[in-house]
Amino acid sequence: MSVRAARILIHLALILLAALSLLPLLWMVAVSLMPGGEASTFPPPFLPRHPTAANYQLLFARQGVGRYLANSLWLASLTTLSSLLLNSLAGFAFAKLRFAGREALFRTLLAALVIPSQVAMLPLFLMMKWLGFVNTYAGVVLPAAASIFGVFLVRQYALSIPDELLEAARIDGAGEARIFARIVLPVLRPILVTLAVLTFLGSWNDFMWPLIVLTDQSMYTLPVALASLSREHVQNNELKMAGAVLTVLPVLVLFLALQRYYIRGILMGSVKG
Amino acid sequence: MKTGLAGWVFAAPALLIIGVFFFLPVLAAFAVSLTDFDLYALADLRNLRFVGLENYAHLLNSREFWRALGNTSYFVVVGVPLSLAASLVAALLVNSRLTRLPGLFRTALFAPVVATLVAVALVWRYLLHTRYGLINWALAAIGVHTIDWLGDPHWAMPAIILFAVWKNFGYNMIIFVAALQSIPADLYEAARLDGASLWQEFTRVTLPMLRPTLLLVTILTVAGYFQLFAEPYVMTEGGPLQSTVSVLYLMYDQGFKWWNLGSASAIAFLLFLMVLGITMLEVRLVGRRDEA
Repeated sequence: MSVRAARILIHLALILLAALSLLPLLWMVAVSLMPGGEASTFPPPFLPRHPTAANYQLLFARQGVGRYLANSLWLASLTTLSSLLLNSLAGFAFAKLRFAGREALFRTLLAALVIPSQVAMLPLFLMMKWLGFVNTYAGVVLPAAASIFGVFLVRQYALSIPDELLEAARIDGAGEARIFARIVLPVLRPILVTLAVLTFLGSWNDFMWPLIVLTDQSMYTLPVALASLSREHVQNNELKMAGAVLTVLPVLVLFLALQRYYIRGILMGSVKG
Repeated sequence: MKTGLAGWVFAAPALLIIGVFFFLPVLAAFAVSLTDFDLYALADLRNLRFVGLENYAHLLNSREFWRALGNTSYFVVVGVPLSLAASLVAALLVNSRLTRLPGLFRTALFAPVVATLVAVALVWRYLLHTRYGLINWALAAIGVHTIDWLGDPHWAMPAIILFAVWKNFGYNMIIFVAALQSIPADLYEAARLDGASLWQEFTRVTLPMLRPTLLLVTILTVAGYFQLFAEPYVMTEGGPLQSTVSVLYLMYDQGFKWWNLGSASAIAFLLFLMVLGITMLEVRLVGRRDEA
């Protein structure tokens, strides 16, 4: 096979794969712009004949989607902030500060990575109930406020900070808190962006735990609200697709803007095994 | 030591969160799985009784549990190889020397991974619609009869597998691309000098060099696929005829629909033990082949 033919074949295959990947997403956008009922015809229409924002207006005016959007944004932001703060502190400590029991603790944390998070969910729910956190933002944020994976990610990166840099600062009389804020955090910045993107997307896309701990509709996140909407309005596909667009669009945009950092996170995460 | 104290102070908040909201509930899950924790115990803890391994025995004798395990295994056994094959093919294409704009293709193929699962599951439910879905329309064009994807017990799980492959293949593709790039170029040159065909290059150089990555990716994907839940929750609600009730779906129903928290905790623990066992088996099998 000539190089030219191989090149054409490879690109044809890639274009086919890209089309398969993107068509469902593009079609979701197209249907979301159709008036109610237009998509329920055969053959299925690809593009709206008369694009309309009516479904979006309906979602905000009648379905209270603004509220869910705000819940999702608020929860993902809070989770990201606390995860950045707690995981960077702990990750740095595990990498660079000697303390009693450090190695044993770290090994325990790593070993616990094999436990699926769902194992903890039932008692966690009871715990949240006793603490009065069912149906609160705290109920969603607290369990994700720090994570083994986050600590691990920061630690791996922080290992590369030269000890001399920290020693020099100590000799100059700087306290550990000051060293962390002035020297460590700026060095950690790239990995903190990675951690922020991964946490935000993870929190935004999370389904099972919010579904369990948020029982009141006014507290729903977008995915939980969308699942409930789809069970109520089985017929109105155009409305559902508009809801899906609102849910997917923010994370897709965030990913496109920061994909370099996101992919670094995946690769570092896959080395852990 | 000064840094000793600082170390503990820095690590404490994260350790506290992980300890209280993960380790403690995991231990509690085991304790709860040895009780008959139900709606009455939820109202008043004095109704709680210790039942030993009764929940486990009950599950292992129930048809529901075995069916859920069977459905989940079906999803794993068919879904994982398909996903990995798709990821590997995509990675080889993206990583080829001949490919123009690899970054653009990589981003396009990765988009489904980032998209919110619940949202795209809804899109797929519609794509799979018996009468108005694009998938049946495309199949009709090549002469295949209408398939009631999500309404037929034989087709519902294949449909979910198709969706999962679409949603997830981009993730492992990224890992494969990184591994492919770390294979030294002179290995391929040597193979070419020896007159190896493209296929021989793939089986003699690429695959052996990818083995550690393949093992890792298999372990992570198997563990991930055993946690099937949101797909059937949104696309089929476990139906038709319970053909898509997964182990976690059963746990969710037992725990949060019927409030049988004892039994649900036992399900969670059995799932964990199974995943752990399978992971260890995978490592052993590959390790033994390495010795041979």
